[in-house]
Amino acid sequence: MIRVQGEDFDIGVEIARMTEGNTEIGALASFVGLVRDYAGDEAITSMTLEHYPGMTEKQLERLEAEARKRWDLQDVLIIHRYGKLMPGDRIVLVVTASPHRGASLESCQFLIDWLKTNAPFWKLEDMDSGAKWVESRQEDFVAADRWVRVTDG
Amino acid sequence: MQILYFGWVRSRIGHGKEELKLPAGIDTVAGLIHWLKSRGDGYAHAFVDSDVIRAAVNQEIAPHNTAIAEGDEVALFPPMTGG
Repeated sequence: MIRVQGEDFDIGVEIARMTEGNTEIGALASFVGLVRDYAGDEAITSMTLEHYPGMTEKQLERLEAEARKRWDLQDVLIIHRYGKLMPGDRIVLVVTASPHRGASLESCQFLIDWLKTNAPFWKLEDMDSGAKWVESRQEDFVAADRWVRVTDG
Repeated sequence: MQILYFGWVRSRIGHGKEELKLPAGIDTVAGLIHWLKSRGDGYAHAFVDSDVIRAAVNQEIAPHNTAIAEGDEVALFPPMTGG
């Protein structure tokens, strides 16, 4: 399941909801992304996440489908927030569930690596010197690329 | 045609959405970007380095050689920074 929302999420509640009544799940892996308080050596006062309503949901659904195709997963949850966030705020949650740990751990990393460069979000950091758009990082493309299969062409 | 802008493409152009009639002969994303460049300083600034611009046609990631036509929704934006 995917959710794109302005409001915060509660990891405990989300995981409880996922596992309730599903005792076939043997492993859960989760990732939470947070707003850092510094960019380089400058303090961030807030971060605003812009997204592409409609396409964001489609793109996250495609990512979930791809993960389910590659790994034996019993459940997938991706929550991505948008709007104005403060340092320390949660931005994104990825939870994957599988019978054994390998599939959930690997697919969780795959999803967050792909989100970085394939989910239509753009981050604007507010600092004392003004607002600055976050540039994509080369290492994020490298991280995403290692999941591209040779057979994908 | 509905055109959407995000991230610094939007902030340089000054708005996030517009309805435009495609001039004759513009039939790819690359052609659209090239034509938009001539529409003013904000556009010229947004598309100064057109190679870094990413596009989506009807909400699907689309390379610059993708065909476009009236009725399509085209979005132009910087590389995505999700997660």
